[in-house]
Amino acid sequence: MVDPVILIPSLINGLTTGALYALVALGLTLIYGVLHIINFAHGAMLMMALYGVFFLNRLFGIDPYVALLIVPPAMFAIGYALQRGIIGRASHGRDENILLVTLGLSIIIENMALYFFRSDTRTIETPYSFEVVEFAGAFVPVAKVVAFFGALVTAALLWAFMSKTDLGRAIRALAKERKGARLVGIDVDHVFAMSFGIGVACLGVAACLLMPSYYVNPQVGYGFVLIAFTTVVLGGMGSFVGAMIGGLVIGVVEAMGGLFLGDSLGQFGIFAIFILILMFRPTGLLGHKV
Amino acid sequence: MKTLIHTPIKRRQFLAGAGTAALVTGFPAVLRAQEPEAIRLGLVHPVTGFVSFSGTQCRVGAEMAIADINAAGGIQSMNGAKLEAMLADSQGRPELGASETARLIEGGATGIIAGYSSAISLATSQEAAKTMTPHIVDVGVADNIIQRNLENTFRFAPGFGSVANSAVEALKAINANGDAKTAVIIHEESLFGTGTAELLAKELPNIGIEVLEVIRHANPTRDFTNIALQLRSLQPDLIIPANYYNEYVLLARTLRQQRIAAKGIYSVLGGAASNLQFVQEFPDAAENIMDCNHWYDPNSEVAVQRRAAAEEKGLFYTYEIFLAYNAVAFLADAIERAGSTENEAIIEALNASTWDNHGMPYGPTVIENGQNMGAQAVNTQVQGGEIQVILPEEFASAEAIFPVPA
Repeated sequence: MVDPVILIPSLINGLTTGALYALVALGLTLIYGVLHIINFAHGAMLMMALYGVFFLNRLFGIDPYVALLIVPPAMFAIGYALQRGIIGRASHGRDENILLVTLGLSIIIENMALYFFRSDTRTIETPYSFEVVEFAGAFVPVAKVVAFFGALVTAALLWAFMSKTDLGRAIRALAKERKGARLVGIDVDHVFAMSFGIGVACLGVAACLLMPSYYVNPQVGYGFVLIAFTTVVLGGMGSFVGAMIGGLVIGVVEAMGGLFLGDSLGQFGIFAIFILILMFRPTGLLGHKV
Repeated sequence: MKTLIHTPIKRRQFLAGAGTAALVTGFPAVLRAQEPEAIRLGLVHPVTGFVSFSGTQCRVGAEMAIADINAAGGIQSMNGAKLEAMLADSQGRPELGASETARLIEGGATGIIAGYSSAISLATSQEAAKTMTPHIVDVGVADNIIQRNLENTFRFAPGFGSVANSAVEALKAINANGDAKTAVIIHEESLFGTGTAELLAKELPNIGIEVLEVIRHANPTRDFTNIALQLRSLQPDLIIPANYYNEYVLLARTLRQQRIAAKGIYSVLGGAASNLQFVQEFPDAAENIMDCNHWYDPNSEVAVQRRAAAEEKGLFYTYEIFLAYNAVAFLADAIERAGSTENEAIIEALNASTWDNHGMPYGPTVIENGQNMGAQAVNTQVQGGEIQVILPEEFASAEAIFPVPA
């Protein structure tokens, strides 16, 4: 029988863990939801960003939150170059090619990480690694509090960017009508690469906020990528607010599932949601029919 | 027209030249023919996938053994035949471990060393049994790996039945004052964690420790806060984890974040409590953790030298390294005594083994149904940032600190 005293702390934990899932899913919802690119390399790129944060800390003593000034721009550049130089060229505009190219990229990135960094699990220790905030009877790690608000801010910024800027409008136009966008003079290749770059930059943000409370090894992306796809489907493809809500819901479902069904079966609820959403509301919570 | 260069080759000159050429080019082949053929050993480990760190450490340990044996002159009874590693990656998947084992045997492997995890070792040994190829389990601890009566399957290290018994006996001694009355077992969900937890849950009440809860978790688990909350609610005197390295690190960090205070953390085959990397990276979280696990004899010169050799390569000297090293050396010793690469001869030599150059805190090597009955786990505790052996007394380098200071 579950002790009622731990229900509220578990709920809070679910929300903070869910914010981390949302962070990882934000980039995916842009790439997958708006551009319809199924990016199988999403997990591998998260791993790459986590290694970036790790080495900046280990080699130069740069705090993960200071690394926010370095890693997301670097990931943006990598994402832009990958889309422009490899994915765009190799795909020839065909979705199935994109799928295979990103799958190939993920294999290459993971094996390169294995070769260069070995399979060791690496972690960092910061002055706040073990600091907690007491809230409603729960000890919430400072790193998770920062990640929670970081995810909210990132989602809000992305929403504002997509709604208020010319580039955001161009991305949305491209998502809705590619030929039409080209006809009105939008540089399709550039906007595609910008979108992919921004999506990958989100992973840079996620990595900076995740690393203080997590670890990195060449396989670390696997644990997040399926959750990220589920979050995107639940929230509605292309919806940043949806991804945020989806992440939080999944975090809470996982926490409650773990509490009531045991940690081994805790993830059962996540995939039950995935199937139910696909059956009864395939557009997701905040998605709309195209 | 005048010929500038005219060097007609006479028949005798041609024969002499051809003969010399044949001698020069053919001589290395003659030399090669005199060199004994290398003895191939198949190493099947999960060097990618969720336990890749441990799998890679195993591979490194096995390769170090092969290099040392070759440097010492190879297999003397077979004219100094060198050992040659055949590598395979099981990716953490038993079915792939089995298919890779079959591939290595078809490729001429004289013996198989596999497979880090219990589930993989079950599959690889089963596959090797089809051709009666000698198979040494390096780390896999499940008892049923050995209890299937496969004549080709051997394990030099202890199984979890033996480890769990040692853990219970040692805990009885450590807890002689009766400070710990309750415990919670946290284990990973595969064969190793589940089997160990079942044995402990059965045995702990016999030494006066009530098991309040047995909590199982998946691999990988991204967050241990829920488990920490359950621990806070249950307030056990002892926390007993049995899981792999990544999860152990997250669990230990979460326990500290959530201010979970117990009288002791007593790991059984814990993935990290006997791991120098964990101790070095998280000295505060690791301090005073006890572990019943595979560990080398700190008083053995052989073991100390091997640790130094591994650390010279920039490696953490984890149990995977020395167990895989010993698995190869145990097999090589049998091949040496058999003087043959015939399966039956090697298996007979393995069954008769008394090999003792292992650097482990074991009793005399006696093989019964493939298991080294002299093998045993020891109890370690992290004290002052060092892993110290606390039990058995004859191998101890420090005394146990229990209950741990608040």
